[in-house]
Amino acid sequence: MQTFDLEANGLRALNETLQAQTPQTNETAWEVVNPRGSHAIAVGLDAPLDVTVRGSTGYYCAGMNQQATVRIKGSAGPGVAENMMSGTVVVDGDASQYAGATGHGGLLVIKGNASSRCGISMKGIDIVVAGNVGHMSAFMAQKGNLVVCGDAGDALGDSIYEARLFVRGEVKSLGADCEEKEMRPEHLETLRDLLERAEIDARPEEFRRYGSARKLYNFDIDNAY
Amino acid sequence: MCGIVGLFLKDKALEPRLGELLTDMLITMSDRGPDSAGIAVYPGAHPGFAKLTVQADDPARFEGLEASMSDALGADVTLRVKDTHAVIELPADKVAEARDALKTLCPEARVMSAGEAIEIYKEVGLPGDVARRFDIPHLTGSHGIGHTRMATESAVTTLGAHPFSTGMDQCLVHNGSLSNHNSLRRKLAREGVTVETENDTEVAAAYLTWKMQEGHSLGEALESGLEDLDGFYTFVVGTKDGFGVVRDPIACKPAVMAETDQYVAFGSEYRALVNLPGIEDARVWEPEPATVYFWKH
Repeated sequence: MQTFDLEANGLRALNETLQAQTPQTNETAWEVVNPRGSHAIAVGLDAPLDVTVRGSTGYYCAGMNQQATVRIKGSAGPGVAENMMSGTVVVDGDASQYAGATGHGGLLVIKGNASSRCGISMKGIDIVVAGNVGHMSAFMAQKGNLVVCGDAGDALGDSIYEARLFVRGEVKSLGADCEEKEMRPEHLETLRDLLERAEIDARPEEFRRYGSARKLYNFDIDNAY
Repeated sequence: MCGIVGLFLKDKALEPRLGELLTDMLITMSDRGPDSAGIAVYPGAHPGFAKLTVQADDPARFEGLEASMSDALGADVTLRVKDTHAVIELPADKVAEARDALKTLCPEARVMSAGEAIEIYKEVGLPGDVARRFDIPHLTGSHGIGHTRMATESAVTTLGAHPFSTGMDQCLVHNGSLSNHNSLRRKLAREGVTVETENDTEVAAAYLTWKMQEGHSLGEALESGLEDLDGFYTFVVGTKDGFGVVRDPIACKPAVMAETDQYVAFGSEYRALVNLPGIEDARVWEPEPATVYFWKH
């Protein structure tokens, strides 16, 4: 295990070091100490690394991730795993707003709560939240799965395209063009797989599924002024 | 952008360190607001006395003010000069009279705050420089609020810096921008509440002061602010013995809070809190949108 002291060596050196690892690297296990809420920790990785951040992070931790696993042993600031392409990001604590925004792939696991706009404009990422999500989560979500084991705030899935939303608790309100959908066997299977990979103990049967009513897809003359 | 920090001490043993802790938090927030910085602190009040914090670009203007103010009020007045600011301590019942007298005795001076406990120091410049100029690390007190400004709604001037104080012992700092501050300013003017600058935040401060003058508690004033203030905001407010936080319903502007047995702390970002004692074991959370949080001694 390589240990990197962020306070002593600085952010630029950290990201340059991690980004320089090739897919064939033998130095796959990394530990970042003294993160102290810094921004942009472990961003733009593109190798099968396993990076553990020992503490809470600021904005954009693990952004643009490909292949790597990034574990945050604390809470994450705004935009964690933003635009992730592949790999896994696990937050042990809470995540601030727009966690997993615009993500194209990979798995984001939040063991605590996520605040507003979780999964905004998600494009294929899978997000599993053990706690609650705030308002406007999955706003304009296009593809992927958002699993919420707790409650969802106002306007869940507003203007959603084809992402699938699974919520176990209460949904405060649904956004425009988002509706409850039938939970079919293939959805239960997807959910079971996601919960297992997220190492969260919950029964898929306890969730309800939400998705697009597809009424905003086409221009409707009755909506014109 | 802007950065906010706040510290409300529950443990009196930390009071001598208030300035030092707040300065560290404030400097960490420099890159959120390098234009100007300010701080409001509440060192203990002296019964029967009040304080006016005044500012003049040229501190030489304060020369002789202690004597002339004492004469004008017919009472003992003390004056401490700190860089461009001076804190005038005077009998509590003479505050209005002193404000009037100031207009002739020192017309260049602008009142930053008035109250039994509050002192406000704010200037244009990097937060670290502002803290040094006013010796903020050595300030003591029960609670304090700081702000680093990246200006959007009005010019980078001393008077445009935060905190704003529009009522006795009240102060407010703001991250965000208000869209209805002009109409609200006119409404407040009709109610007899004057706002001194073109700044949007001062309107919010004056709005809360007005609500409290109408008999509402700070908590109630903040609740009605959620209805009447349009725009983006995370506010942190201080009163003589209280500390409050509220975010607009959209909650774009970041906020992190931490609480231990010793304190309640606010930061725009978690990194502002990392040097606080016992932060590793603090309860850390993000305040909910459109929810009023308030602590009182």
